Amino acid sequence: MTRYIVGRIVQAVAVLWAAFTLTFAILYLLPSDPMELQLAAAGVQEDSLTPDQLAAMKQRFGLDQSIWAQYWHHLTGVLHGDFGTSLSQQVPVSDLLTARIGGTLTLSVSAALLSLVAGATLAYLATFARWNPLRVFLTRLPALGASFPQFFVALFLIQFFSFQLGWFPATGNEGAQSLVMPVVTISVLTSSVLAQVLIKSFDETLSQPYIATARAKGLSRSAVHLKHAFRNAALPAMTILGVLVGLTVTSSIVVETVFTREGVGKLAQESVLSQDVPVVLAVVTVAAAMFVLVNLVVDLLYPLLDPRISHTRGRVRPAPEVVTAT
Amino acid sequence: MSLVDIKGLDVGYVRHRKVQPAVIGLDLAVAPAEVVAIVGESGSGKTTTANAIIGLLPANGRITAGSAVVDGVETAGASERTLRRLRGSVVGLIPQDPMVGLNPTKRVGAQIAEAVRLRGGAPEEVFEHLAEAGVPDPELRARQYPHELSGGLRQRVLIAIALAGKPKLIIADEPTSALDVTVQKRILDHLGGLVREQGISLLIITHDLAVAADRADRIIVMQNGRKVEQGDPAAILGTPRERYTRQLIAAAPRLAHAGRVVPRFDVRGQEKPEPILELTDVSKTFAVSDLRRGARGFNALDKVSVTVPRGQTHALVGESGCGKTTTLRIALGLETATSGSVKLDGDEIVGRSWNRLRPLRRKAQLVHQDPFATLDPKFTIGQSITEPLVSFRIGNRKSRLERARELLDQVALPASYLDRLPSELSGGQRQRVAIARALALRPDLIMLDEPVSALDVLVQEQILQLLADLQAALGLSYLFVSHDLGVVAELAHTVSVMSHGKVVEQGPVAEVFTNPQSPYTQELIDAIPGRRVADAV
Repeated sequence: MTRYIVGRIVQAVAVLWAAFTLTFAILYLLPSDPMELQLAAAGVQEDSLTPDQLAAMKQRFGLDQSIWAQYWHHLTGVLHGDFGTSLSQQVPVSDLLTARIGGTLTLSVSAALLSLVAGATLAYLATFARWNPLRVFLTRLPALGASFPQFFVALFLIQFFSFQLGWFPATGNEGAQSLVMPVVTISVLTSSVLAQVLIKSFDETLSQPYIATARAKGLSRSAVHLKHAFRNAALPAMTILGVLVGLTVTSSIVVETVFTREGVGKLAQESVLSQDVPVVLAVVTVAAAMFVLVNLVVDLLYPLLDPRISHTRGRVRPAPEVVTAT
Repeated sequence: MSLVDIKGLDVGYVRHRKVQPAVIGLDLAVAPAEVVAIVGESGSGKTTTANAIIGLLPANGRITAGSAVVDGVETAGASERTLRRLRGSVVGLIPQDPMVGLNPTKRVGAQIAEAVRLRGGAPEEVFEHLAEAGVPDPELRARQYPHELSGGLRQRVLIAIALAGKPKLIIADEPTSALDVTVQKRILDHLGGLVREQGISLLIITHDLAVAADRADRIIVMQNGRKVEQGDPAAILGTPRERYTRQLIAAAPRLAHAGRVVPRFDVRGQEKPEPILELTDVSKTFAVSDLRRGARGFNALDKVSVTVPRGQTHALVGESGCGKTTTLRIALGLETATSGSVKLDGDEIVGRSWNRLRPLRRKAQLVHQDPFATLDPKFTIGQSITEPLVSFRIGNRKSRLERARELLDQVALPASYLDRLPSELSGGQRQRVAIARALALRPDLIMLDEPVSALDVLVQEQILQLLADLQAALGLSYLFVSHDLGVVAELAHTVSVMSHGKVVEQGPVAEVFTNPQSPYTQELIDAIPGRRVADAV
């Protein structure tokens, strides 16, 4: 078991490192000069500087070093929690992140929780319903939810609930009220994806022979659903939880922009537009870390939920049949 | 008064807004403490009848006419609530396949406890029911998960679940299909004893008339949804009225000859032909990693020597885990032997690399156990049959198609099946296709891995006849793996009985049947159903 856990953690760290390195390589290969961008942001023409001044500035940001030296510098910095200095805003990236990560985390976690509840409920109802038209409607619903673009859902919500009904504020991140519409916007997509996987898994589980055994015992339909089908149907869906949480983080880019919320998503959007390399690198690394963490937790929880997956022994051999005198 | 009283029952399945009848005008009664067997092949409506009695018809199943009264309660048109009161407490079910009949993520004890709790029993009763069902160490077993138990123990757990509801009737659906014959015989004997002791009625659903004859007080033969014949075993076997019943009798090795098993071939005293396949002192050790005891070896095979004579059939018989499948895989070159020699048509195959082994594969082909899994569901029958030819680059498109037609003809399927998909075929037809595919490369030897154990007895009989005909026409040799000595008697000339990785007995089938040397062989012979008839005659 320890070996399994250690193995999974090493794997998670390796994925994280790979994500960081790949992002670094892509950003480095971008056909633009970070120095020029930075000067433009400060309102200075590159031509107006002497070569000496330029060299001094490059040295200050470490841009005169070789790519390997820069990579090493960044990597060690990240390991110490130092993501460098933003090129466009001239403040440490870690300050930018800490100021904004709270809002995005609240948004992502709320959206993930709502998706879990909504997706599971929808899947449960869709497979439990006995009236066929309702069943068909509920089964088709997730496909509809997954096909609406998020900006459209966001604009629809703003139009209806803010402008017409005035229930929720259209923008900003003040108070719990402002959280409702962004969370709903993200959850429409993620809960639909989850519900689609769950419904399929439920249908498969309900056709298993052990469900007939459970019904033959005299258990009620809801007991069979909850006690026998639900957990087994949820197991395959667990594997997409990591993807779902990743989806809530990526969705925050669109949602924070549309609802003008301060957060990592909006930060990512702005820093990509201004090619602020250290910030983009930091945002990608943090997002990858969240994704890796969720997957790690799922991997570690899986054996607890499914007794068939055991990491204590090489393989399980069934106990021999014993003859008994009757 | 009857416990179950079915009158003029019609059951159908709704498909494309039309009701397709599955059971037509059935009359059936089960008295308290009576053992009744319904015999019929797949599609005869026997399982539908059982499901109607326990109120577990699938969502598209409808009772369209007649009545089915169970313990005084009308189930035709009854509400879910009414039916639920019958399930478990009046009618218990032992499902078909014990390997998948238990929830894999719940402990065995908890699954029995559910049934105990429903009738208001105390939690300790779980252990009583496990012990009743013949499970040793009930306290230990109750804490285990299904995957930690063997098939036989899982079957006993399912019996414990059925008993836990204290039902008046237990339905056993195909209790002989999924497990080894000896294990099944023990379990059925045990179940038979229990129901007689406790005065429970038993309804056995089976495709095997011999199984029914051994255990039932009364037999009902069903065909195409109708009851064709009924009576006590002696009457059914002694004076069968219907042609269908006579076919069923002819298909059961013991029933066909009034309780004796008469092997089809007797090669005693004849000279043995040259061997096509010769395994000499083959051993196989699998590494088993165990954290507590470290890496160990598990001897799957211990100095096994087996010869397949050219043009004849040699059978490997034994229970699951005895090493017969490992032997077959080594003979096919899919698994390498740890020591020993395997000669196919005079060529040593042990130690050959995959590429050097490949030309030899044309000489030996495999027919698999499960006809439903052996064919690629996306391949047409024609594609499946010609695939070996394509893979060895034999002929062109036209000649391959010609060969495929010829092969279908050899296995008695119409050429129009070339464009069909496996899902359109029955189990027996699929097995014919699998045989045609094995024949495509004109092999000398075909390895048959339990080729009929997933099929109904009548279909079994047809496939065995086909294999025998092909052997006579093409001079094929077979290495035939089976757990059922009854089937071996129908096809094999010589046999090796295996147990725990060793050959315990070997010789001509006729000799082994008339004069078994090891007690294990005797047990396998005893497990062939139809004994009660033998005792009665």
